[in-house]
Amino acid sequence: MLMQQNCECSKPDKEQMMCQINEVSFAINDILLFLDTHPHNHEAMEFYRKYARIRHDLLKEYAKYFGPLTVDTAYESDESKWQWVLQPWPWENQGGGK
Amino acid sequence: MWNYEKRLQYPVNITTPNAQVAQFIMSQYGGPDGEIGASMRYLSQRFAAPNRIIAGILTDVGTEELAHLEIVSTIVHQLTQNLSMEEIENSGFGPYYIDHTVGIWPQSAGGIPFNACEFQSKGDPITDLFESLAAEQKARSTYDNILRVVKNMPEVADPIRFLRAREVIHFQRFGEALRSLQEQLSAKNFYAFNPSFDTGVTGKIDECDC
Repeated sequence: MLMQQNCECSKPDKEQMMCQINEVSFAINDILLFLDTHPHNHEAMEFYRKYARIRHDLLKEYAKYFGPLTVDTAYESDESKWQWVLQPWPWENQGGGK
Repeated sequence: MWNYEKRLQYPVNITTPNAQVAQFIMSQYGGPDGEIGASMRYLSQRFAAPNRIIAGILTDVGTEELAHLEIVSTIVHQLTQNLSMEEIENSGFGPYYIDHTVGIWPQSAGGIPFNACEFQSKGDPITDLFESLAAEQKARSTYDNILRVVKNMPEVADPIRFLRAREVIHFQRFGEALRSLQEQLSAKNFYAFNPSFDTGVTGKIDECDC
């Protein structure tokens, strides 16, 4: 029992993680547009490299605990079932209403 | 949310331009059974999906169709590069050229602009899936019509054959998706109601374990 509780405690908070992924992903969306018109800007390149790495790690961790958000991280999820289709779609009401 | 992959799903490398064939093939970009309509159909219909299997296949096929309209646009673009004015005027491409030069714009082979009425999203997943199944077959027929015209142009026919094969696969997967819904329904009133809207009937998503 104790081990199971420890296991639960080490599991990150789903909503908080989604919030972090949304933030860091928007940073990437925005710097992508800036870099498209400023492909030699070093400061922007550094910004991209920092947040791209964070996003990559967060997507992998999210996939591991809650199911994949991208097909490229689906291999991190439960290997016995295709969680991509079993977990909620983004337009479903929150709280697993459907 | 979507991200772009900077590659074609199937390679296109056309070295001999042909304005007349471009005029034919552009129908699979913005024509009645073209790839824009396909993508918009599935990405719209998915919101009425009564289970996650249907939501998933509509999302993922709708996404793949975006890759297909990119392939068709690339074919049209490469077929209209380096054309002489004589070729443009004598090939039947003239009216398109007047309005769009050799830019990509969604219209049918006959010149009718793309219109959302080319597809349906009825809010009833049975209706919608039957429409999607029919749409895949209509697109396959159009690719077959194109293939009869381009059979001696391997660099055009090759990617068209790939696109045709995907229509067959999509039809298969939509058939399986329809079946996942049919298995949720009462055998007594199989097609008598809208399982995503009508109340008090089986087939709602909360009664499905998927």
